[in-house]
Amino acid sequence: MTSGQRASRRRGLLLVAPALTVLTLLTGYPALYVLWLSLQHRVPVFGVAEFAGLGHYWFLAQDARFWNAAGITGLFTVASVLLELLLGVVVALALHARPHTRRLGFSLLLLAWAMPAVVTAKLFEWLYHPSAGLVNVMLVGRALNWLGDPALALPAVILADVWRAMPFVAILAYARLLTIPAEVYEAAQVDGASRLGTLRHITLPLLRQIVMIAVLFRTLDAVRAFDLMFVLTGGGPANTTETLTVYAYRGLFQMLQLGFGSTIGVIVFALVMTVAWAYLRLLRREGLTT
Amino acid sequence: MKSLARALPDGLIVLALTVYAVPFFWQLLTSFKPEAELLRLPPLLPTRLTLEHYRVVLEHSVIPRALANSFGIASLTTLGALALGVPAAYAIARFPLPGKGLLLLAIVGSTAFPQIATVSPLYLILRFLGLRDTWMALVLAHTSFALPLTIWLLAGFIREIPPALEESAAVDGASTTQTLGRVVLPLLAPGLASTALLTFLFSWNEFLFAYTFTATEASRTIPVALALFPGVYEVPWGDIAAASMLASLPPVLIVLVFQRHLVRGLLAGALRE
Repeated sequence: MTSGQRASRRRGLLLVAPALTVLTLLTGYPALYVLWLSLQHRVPVFGVAEFAGLGHYWFLAQDARFWNAAGITGLFTVASVLLELLLGVVVALALHARPHTRRLGFSLLLLAWAMPAVVTAKLFEWLYHPSAGLVNVMLVGRALNWLGDPALALPAVILADVWRAMPFVAILAYARLLTIPAEVYEAAQVDGASRLGTLRHITLPLLRQIVMIAVLFRTLDAVRAFDLMFVLTGGGPANTTETLTVYAYRGLFQMLQLGFGSTIGVIVFALVMTVAWAYLRLLRREGLTT
Repeated sequence: MKSLARALPDGLIVLALTVYAVPFFWQLLTSFKPEAELLRLPPLLPTRLTLEHYRVVLEHSVIPRALANSFGIASLTTLGALALGVPAAYAIARFPLPGKGLLLLAIVGSTAFPQIATVSPLYLILRFLGLRDTWMALVLAHTSFALPLTIWLLAGFIREIPPALEESAAVDGASTTQTLGRVVLPLLAPGLASTALLTFLFSWNEFLFAYTFTATEASRTIPVALALFPGVYEVPWGDIAAASMLASLPPVLIVLVFQRHLVRGLLAGALRE
């Protein structure tokens, strides 16, 4: 290594050092700390702090409420992401077919995406109001208790999440459509391909990779989702919308079991990292084959 | 005739997306509805519009204070993340660093950290530092997700800038700081704007940390104040609607005024591998 290279390396290290220090303290340290907490009985209000080993993990393995929350997280994630994907691609295709609508269309879409999730929750709480809610008025004569009925609450939360997150998928897919050269379509036309055939054999396959990236981001967000259900239903009715994150929060700050709640947090953490790792592998393989 | 054939599908798409945004517009309308007409539906449209809910929210609630808290916390978070993120991103984009691949992986990985996992350790750390219920607590907590995002986005934007200008500045004897400040920053301005907007937005919208680390109106942010909006005997739907609209004001402005930058940031975050 020449002295010039060494000097340049030193300058680089100096430039990253402040950010790296802050990141280590604010994300690295807490990430390790939560692992340690998950192995402890911690009830700050009673001054309890003792080692519990894998006790909480063992308890959760047999905890029906935990498995219920895991199932709801799974259902919420799969249903939201699928709907967001389907709708998002359709919207992207529509906007792409009619370029004049882009500016206004983006504004209407981003409105839903950019506002706080707590506002989304308040919007939908009002829409779902049993007697004065717009949803029931549209379904003339029905007085459905959307957020109070155990069969309807989860679909109601999923709908709100789809509303909020679909624009992200639409904008990503739209950006990919813009990069498809016009010649590709012209060639298809010359070959006498029908519009449906072009969509099926050219457009959708080209969207494949971006759709997978969108699925990755949306899945990570859906597994981590908290604000929407916490504010909209608080996990109720009868725990039918209690995801792992809501259960973790209740464990931490309502039961005040800091160790136990952290254990669920760690499990969500592991879940998110597994999903990210699996997807990145998949994407890498795709990158090699296509 | 031909122009009509073209305008029709355009109109249909815009109409469909307007219907899509109805939850927002409905709340907007609700915020101007007289109290007595809130729970009467149909008719869909009110007989008159009133500013009463906004007056109540602005004069008799914690919402103005919460808006100020949110604005301060989101601004400080954004400034801090940029101040730390710009040099770090510059180093990652331009300098040979030991273990750079691992460093990048750690940064991308930490953007995926679920807040529910870091909320309990951060709670204990902030309590230990005596920062509960302060702006500082939330600025630090928000920096934990804002900084990795900032570095990630900015490193990508810097790579798009051709390095030739920096090389000639170095030949002219400019120091690293001078090159960064006088050559790179001006060219980075659009990327900086996209990054700042996204960071501000995420901090403004954040709920879990804000809900956990605050206790009074001294530091409660707008999402927390909205979630806790009090009703004495019944739910004040009109006031909540007005408060929701005030909470959405900065995001809506960003969407309408800085849409291009916002979309650029959003795409850059998702598409760089």
